[in-house]
Amino acid sequence: MLSEIALYGAFETGLIYGLVAFGIYLSFRVLDFPDLTVDGSFPLGAAVSAVMIINGWNPWLATGAAILAGMAAGAVTATLNVRLKILNLLASILTMIALYSVNLRIMGRPNIALLSEDTVLTPWYDLELAFHQVPVVLFFIVAVVVLILLWRFMESETGLAMRATGANPRMARAQGIATGWMIILGVALSNGLVALAGSLFAQSQGAADVTMGVGVIVVGLASLIGGEAVLAPRSVIRALLACIIGAILYRLAIALALNADFIGLKTQDLNLITAVLVTLAIVLPNARHSVKALFSRS
Amino acid sequence: MITVKDLRLTFGKGTPLENPALRGLSLTVNQGEFVTVIGSNGAGKSTLLNALSGEVLVDSGRIEVDGVDVTRLSTHKRAGRVSRVFQDPLAGTCENLTIEENMSLAIKRGMRRGLGSAVKTRYRDRFREGLATLNLGLENRLGDKMGLLSGGQRQAVSLLMASLNPSSILLLDEHTAALDPRTAEFVLDLTKRIIHDQKKTALMVTHSMKQALEVGERTVMLHQGQVVFDIAGQEREGLTVSDLLKLFEKQRGIEVSDDSLLLG
Repeated sequence: MLSEIALYGAFETGLIYGLVAFGIYLSFRVLDFPDLTVDGSFPLGAAVSAVMIINGWNPWLATGAAILAGMAAGAVTATLNVRLKILNLLASILTMIALYSVNLRIMGRPNIALLSEDTVLTPWYDLELAFHQVPVVLFFIVAVVVLILLWRFMESETGLAMRATGANPRMARAQGIATGWMIILGVALSNGLVALAGSLFAQSQGAADVTMGVGVIVVGLASLIGGEAVLAPRSVIRALLACIIGAILYRLAIALALNADFIGLKTQDLNLITAVLVTLAIVLPNARHSVKALFSRS
Repeated sequence: MITVKDLRLTFGKGTPLENPALRGLSLTVNQGEFVTVIGSNGAGKSTLLNALSGEVLVDSGRIEVDGVDVTRLSTHKRAGRVSRVFQDPLAGTCENLTIEENMSLAIKRGMRRGLGSAVKTRYRDRFREGLATLNLGLENRLGDKMGLLSGGQRQAVSLLMASLNPSSILLLDEHTAALDPRTAEFVLDLTKRIIHDQKKTALMVTHSMKQALEVGERTVMLHQGQVVFDIAGQEREGLTVSDLLKLFEKQRGIEVSDDSLLLG
């Protein structure tokens, strides 16, 4: 079974990926905008905050800057789509590829170590908590704050306009909603959240690396779809809770798979396991229906 | 009031599929007037409504709503002046949003949207009151998803949404065509009542010549992107569908088949 450290580790990473899942919920679900920019904005958040931290900036300020950088990246993707009429998926791939160069430029080298630096976690280690519990507590607070803010936003006039933009753009325009701006705002917010996740990930892992974004989109989607399978997203708050639950369950499943020696899986199998889990999460709900149909027909 | 002057619009310009949809269409609809619009397929009825709402921008010509030039404005910038009900009952509402969320979207049509709560308690009474006039029992289902409603119910709510806010003009694009006859009649009665009660300036496109003559106070026929005739008042009283067909043939000097003009 899982060791205590591995369990906390799964929660820590799960909470961070919960933020990624929020972002992917915004783009994929709310706006119906398949956005792969996240593979670039995750390391972008890490890069921006790492560079600022090693240059002596306040880590929270560095995290804020990471969010803004992520939002800018999202805005670029959405503008390519809305104003230049490039297919949304392609627009996001273009930004993602461009960000690889941008991230290398920002960092000046492929990776930056943060082990000896002050991060957002540093003051929390003075509290009466075990070393491996600190990130879980802090990231839980961050996740809850973001969840509440995002929930309130989605229930606001602007948030409702954004939901209508994704669900029925023609109707949204007829109601006086500037759908183009809504897409830009939504994709920017989405990537701001993912950059926040990247920034926190780098600070808790002790390094920012230019390749750390590979597959973030798949893990985020796995969390989103897994969460939706557990908690049907009938309302905004349920959908947001599903993101967090899905991300934690996903990390727990990965940790279990890697810890179960008898299966013989190793760390390098991670991406394969992820792909299999996502496939299962997509296929299983349908399979349930067809099994049901099989029985009802007889 | 709507003033449309010499509208021209060609789809697919410079391609083999070049299609002139509007060829110098001019029309003036007075304040509070209810006009029905008929015409065969491709006559330019839907294009006219799309041009008025801003979904398509015309090549040339001028569109004024209440004296304000809106020719170059995009749909969302006109939405405060123009409300619209689509032919497809699913098009005018969001099925994933609740009834009250849909109506909250409509109540802010053409206004700034901020970060305040979208569905406000003070709106709910207005929504309930409005829904109660439909006699569909929807006033107790504010929190239900729009997707749970039937096509007719959704079209009725769309109409209500179009009338929540004072807009200058109401555009109806064959909004009863996709409904079964009984529901269509119900929605049509509701349309008449709303237009009458709110003294709206309305343009209703219909495929049914019978409906075009029975509803509203003026009938306009489009053909090949132009107005071919425009009748109102005594001239329109007592006119039958076959009179209308004869009138059309006389005007254009062409044979009209039942295929090109659907009788209702």
